[in-house]
Amino acid sequence: MVEGILSGLQEAFTGLNILMVIVGCFAGTFIGMLPGLGPISAIALMIPITYGFPPATALILMAGVYYGAVFGGSTSSILINAPGVSSTVATTFDGYPMSQKGYAGRALAIAAYCSFTGGTVGAVFLLIAAPLLAQLALTFQSSDYFALMLMGLTAISAFTSKETVFKSILMAVFGIMLSTIGTDLASGVQRFTFGSIHLVDGLSFIMIVMAIFALSESLLGILRSDNSAKDAADAISTQKISSLRLGKGTLKKLIPTMLRSSVLGFFVGVLPGAGATIASFLAYGVEQNLASPEDKKEFGKGSPIGLAAPETANNAASSGSFVPLLTLGIPGSGTTAVILGALISYGIQPGPRLFVEQPAIFWSVIVSMYIGNLILLVLNLPLIPFISRLLMIKKEILVPLILFFSLIGVYLVSFNNVDIFFMVGLAILAVFLNFASFPLPPLILGFILGGPLEENLRRALIINKGSFSFLWERPISLTLFILTLFFLFLPFIRRLIAFLRQRVKN
Amino acid sequence: MNKFTTFLFVLICASVSLFAQDIDSIHFLIPGGAGGGWDGTARGTGEALVGSGLIDSASYENMSGGGGGTAIGYLIRTGRRQQGTLMVNSTPIITRSITKVFPYSFEDLTPIASTIGDYGTLVVHPDSKFSDFSDLISSVKRDPSSVTIGGGSVFGDLDHLVAATTFNAAGVSPKEISYAAYDAGGKALTGLLSGEIDVLATGLGEALELSRNGQVRILGITASERLEDAPEIPTFKEQGADAYFVNWRGFFGPPDLSSSKVREYQNVLKEMYSTDEWEVVRKRNGWVNIYQPGAEFVAFLKEQETEIRKLRSILGLSD
Repeated sequence: MVEGILSGLQEAFTGLNILMVIVGCFAGTFIGMLPGLGPISAIALMIPITYGFPPATALILMAGVYYGAVFGGSTSSILINAPGVSSTVATTFDGYPMSQKGYAGRALAIAAYCSFTGGTVGAVFLLIAAPLLAQLALTFQSSDYFALMLMGLTAISAFTSKETVFKSILMAVFGIMLSTIGTDLASGVQRFTFGSIHLVDGLSFIMIVMAIFALSESLLGILRSDNSAKDAADAISTQKISSLRLGKGTLKKLIPTMLRSSVLGFFVGVLPGAGATIASFLAYGVEQNLASPEDKKEFGKGSPIGLAAPETANNAASSGSFVPLLTLGIPGSGTTAVILGALISYGIQPGPRLFVEQPAIFWSVIVSMYIGNLILLVLNLPLIPFISRLLMIKKEILVPLILFFSLIGVYLVSFNNVDIFFMVGLAILAVFLNFASFPLPPLILGFILGGPLEENLRRALIINKGSFSFLWERPISLTLFILTLFFLFLPFIRRLIAFLRQRVKN
Repeated sequence: MNKFTTFLFVLICASVSLFAQDIDSIHFLIPGGAGGGWDGTARGTGEALVGSGLIDSASYENMSGGGGGTAIGYLIRTGRRQQGTLMVNSTPIITRSITKVFPYSFEDLTPIASTIGDYGTLVVHPDSKFSDFSDLISSVKRDPSSVTIGGGSVFGDLDHLVAATTFNAAGVSPKEISYAAYDAGGKALTGLLSGEIDVLATGLGEALELSRNGQVRILGITASERLEDAPEIPTFKEQGADAYFVNWRGFFGPPDLSSSKVREYQNVLKEMYSTDEWEVVRKRNGWVNIYQPGAEFVAFLKEQETEIRKLRSILGLSD
């Protein structure tokens, strides 16, 4: 293991790779700051660019982009109350009030320190948890994989938000439906290809991600009448972002919060389907409950604790979500689904064997997370006042740029112009889905898990001679199925509890 | 004047030999996206040819879609201006033409030569209850449903065909045996190690390294005789099952390519084998040299096509 870490470090500390992580951090911060564009789009846009790179270099760039995008999302949440992604929504609760009070610089600094702590503690846990789980994962059979993926899909739907449980499940199912297009693995029969040669290989993952995230978000940017560029200009000119200093007392006070939120965030992140959004809301709630009465009053009005909790937790959860990805090859969130897509396009198949077969890759992913975190703190923080000026770039320039990069990016991977047509069609569909407030990350997860979900079920059936007995005969599968049922009925259970409470009160 | 005549003669000879020289550049058409087996084969071949000076330059064009059918269609349509183009392909051109994934077959193109290949193999867990191939066959004969075979390709394709050929040659109907399809060889290996499948059908290139690390045990290979690179591995033939299957990779030209041009390509590819540059590329990728030019290649392709059709009908797949 020590050998592995050393080889990972050696890989990471070459001139080129250091440069890559810096470039990645900047690019990620910039893309993450743009309203609507988060880590998913940022990483998807990088896949075609990193294509010819050696895998380790590409991964290191990705880690930079990932952390940069998460931090960039916090920046826009704090400065202009425009969270780029759902995982930074909780950041706006106290971050934006702080910047309105004129402490924008301090809020950004807290966000950066907390991101660093959360990410680093998360990466340490990952270092311990991943090899352990990889051992366990070797005993996983097809039925267990099936059960785990089912649980992940149910969990992401149950956790997205209270109002949209049904819409999330619909989107996950829609994703699974899209994944059935192409050649059926178990029988070799073509499905839903309508005789078209272009559908034989199925829809390309990068194409779908680019279409429903990067492309549709930039189209939405045209349709929405938002003044984020103007808001940013106001925020940046009127407030002194450059005062990034924190009092020693503030930081000291935040340490317990940061540690609690790191641990909480990591474990929530490990659960497939839960991820950074739930972690950030949970951590915010926990800290609110634990806070002293006078601190409690501050919540929602610019409390440093209220900002620190979600910022730490979402980064720790990001590290945590790498555990199922690296050990089982199962992405637990939209972001890790895109990273899985990227890994596969570099010819790396994450799974229980990755740890044994390509230790250098396995460790360089983990080491690159430390480096991404560190660069973010050392380089990005002092430069954030300047980087945030990019928020002032007009939509008329940004939108065509994103359109260009996403279309070219997809074409550069497949060299097939039919993909471009599909992409435009899907992007338009995604715009309508967005207007109807359907959440899109479950679609991505459904699409990427749909194929393996079906394959594993059918393989489990072949191996069990057509009997469904594995559902209750294998302990791992059984446990996971029970959890799945729990997640499925969670919204009802919540409602029931609320109802009962109401009755008790009355 | 005598000197001048000699000079002229030398000049003519030189220019004639220049004209007679083989191709100076090749454009490789890769029917899939960047990365993957076809891409690696074309780029590796180009690297060796240019590096050894057999040709001056190589260019590459990726064209994915339709399981490779898009590129084949393109090469057929634009054949006349593709005289300098070679398309890489492999066993799937046969299976996908049989299953009508695309409406073309290798006969619509000009087969140049097969260059490399990989034999099929059956492997088991090191602690498997099957001590050798005949042990496996006798238990399958007793109860075919007791054994599950896995592989990294769809039902009726590569890895499944490896298993089907072998069992068929050993006198067991391949239809009796349950086959679990994984979407990649690596995942199938995970299945073997977790104990959900008993036997894994795969390519020797993938299995050799694993067996040398002691992670799997190889029961045999689908070659007609033992390999120079791995003399310790027995063939199925010597164990009583005359099974031959090779997953080849080779090159095709556009339809109506002149026979002199075909010969030039074949010569260049043949000369490539003796270069150090090729040896480097080959070793790096663990390829086995299987050079079959022109008529030999066509005969082999036809035989493989017949063999695969036969196996698929035994497996109950109607085409």
